[in-house]
Amino acid sequence: MSHVSVRGLWKEYPGQVVLERVDLEIPSGEFCAMVGPSGCGKTTFLRMLLGQERPTRGGIFLDGRPLVAEPGPDRGVVFQRYSVFPHLTVLENVILGREFEGSRFLGKLFGARRRTAEEEAKGILAAVGLGDHLRKYPAELSGGMQQRLAIAQALILKPKILLLDEPFGALDAGTKAQMYELLLRLWSERKMTVFMVTHDLKEGFTLATRVLAFDRVRVDPTDPGAYGARITYDLLLTEKDAVQQRLAAAGARSRETEDRLGTLVATH
Amino acid sequence: MRRIINRRPGRGGIVFWGALPFLGAAALYAVASALRLAENPADKLLPPLSAMAAAVARIAFTPDPRTGDYLMWADTLASLHRLGLGLGVATAAALVIGIAMGLIPYVRAGLSPFVAILSMVPPMAVLPVLFIVFGLDELSKVVLIVVGVAPFLIRDLAMRTAELPAEQIIKAQTLGGSTWQIVLRVVLPQMLPRLVDAVRLSLGPAWLFLISAEAIAATEGLGYRIFLVRRYLAMDVILPYVAWITLLAFVSDYLLRLFNARCFPWLKAGKGSA
Ligand SMILES: Nc1ncnc2c1ncn2[C@@H]1O[C@H](COP(=O)(O)OP(=O)(O)OP(=O)(O)O)[C@@H](O)[C@H]1O
Ligand SMILES: [Mg+2]
Repeated sequence: MSHVSVRGLWKEYPGQVVLERVDLEIPSGEFCAMVGPSGCGKTTFLRMLLGQERPTRGGIFLDGRPLVAEPGPDRGVVFQRYSVFPHLTVLENVILGREFEGSRFLGKLFGARRRTAEEEAKGILAAVGLGDHLRKYPAELSGGMQQRLAIAQALILKPKILLLDEPFGALDAGTKAQMYELLLRLWSERKMTVFMVTHDLKEGFTLATRVLAFDRVRVDPTDPGAYGARITYDLLLTEKDAVQQRLAAAGARSRETEDRLGTLVATH
Repeated sequence: MRRIINRRPGRGGIVFWGALPFLGAAALYAVASALRLAENPADKLLPPLSAMAAAVARIAFTPDPRTGDYLMWADTLASLHRLGLGLGVATAAALVIGIAMGLIPYVRAGLSPFVAILSMVPPMAVLPVLFIVFGLDELSKVVLIVVGVAPFLIRDLAMRTAELPAEQIIKAQTLGGSTWQIVLRVVLPQMLPRLVDAVRLSLGPAWLFLISAEAIAATEGLGYRIFLVRRYLAMDVILPYVAWITLLAFVSDYLLRLFNARCFPWLKAGKGSA
């Protein structure tokens, strides 16, 4: 189980309030898309969920207990960039999680246990469409392929919470569709809670069960850092299937939804 | 006519232009030497190639009448032994301290001011101290190399480690890695080739410290020999020794470069012509 509660959360950097008064209850298994203008604090919020940064005030609770203030294997992550290890091949990148788990001292598996891990990794890599590139180094992959590798790498340990920071920004439409399918399948199979930052509203509506819009409510023209962003819009897509069908059926309609949300984000 | 910045030599051209300065220097020496010898056949300053060859034959291929050693080889062995020991200790220290400083905030807080100050102490200025503390034999020479080279290696490696994208370290933690596992599987493999490069850069200073220490107190070694025969103006020995030291330094640099290319194939990956 992984019920996430965010209570009275503030985040300030010196001379700048990034987030203010964020309150959220995310039930286990929710797929949250987070949207908002660039620089409004989406990545910062993700970092706090990850345990990489601490809130200035307030707190984040996982199943009622304060979040461990350190990244761990219960929370997988795909960053905007630099998410894979340049010195390991595609296959080695993916089995690393299993190696950490299975070999406390060396962090490296050998023999039969390694082959088991490799088989598992090959399965995941085939699913993200990297089955033919097992021996390549990340530098030999395109940006989109590296991003898919990062997703495969994060999935091998079956985290309860998956944090994604614009994971599909660099992908073409076809690959995106494949990745959506993969992600939705894994999400429903594994009952993960997913937090995904995206700039693509349609993507958010296609995938998520809940869309969170971040934006600044108040702006002080003389001191741009005085006020932070809040969650200005929290849309629960309970009738997910219906919404998805609507999206698929009528591109025009989906654009309408986008526009509507866009105006809401802008006017708030 | 294309701009000169766009015109590139071909394969043969590279060899030719590369060889030109060497040939030029050799020709210049031969002419200068011949001129001086024509004036004064007993001149010792610029001995002809034949004299140098004879000197090398004497010190490298005939046993010394007093000790029975082949002097040049004994000198080489002694010097390389000191150099290897000094660089080895410095490298090991850099690996441990440098990575710890780059990765662990408490170690960085504790050590970085100290190492920063230490690296500013001129090693040659503490040489007398080393002679007093460690005596005039092997140890003080090895320690001089360590003192001279280690702070640079440590600081370089600490900076490189700290430059690793934070995302990588975070990512490794979300994959369940402990500090030790992260050092072993993520940091160390990426730092080794950088350490090797840093060692390559410090070969020059290491030789400098070695030869200085040998010049002052030693009974054998390449630096010792050069400074010994200086008293007799034996340029026919000194010049081949200098060439030999240069060659040794060049070969060790080349071998380290080869080591990096062989052992870390990912360095070259994605850089075009692999
Ligand atoms: N380490 C830091 N120190 C100081 N300020 C920071 C730091 N990290 C982020 N910020 C500031 O916090 C704000 C939010 O940054 P964040 O990276 O969370 O934005 P974002 O919503 O992810 O934007 P984008 O959509 O462009 O990725 C920015 O104004 C940025 O300047
Ligand atoms: Mg961001």
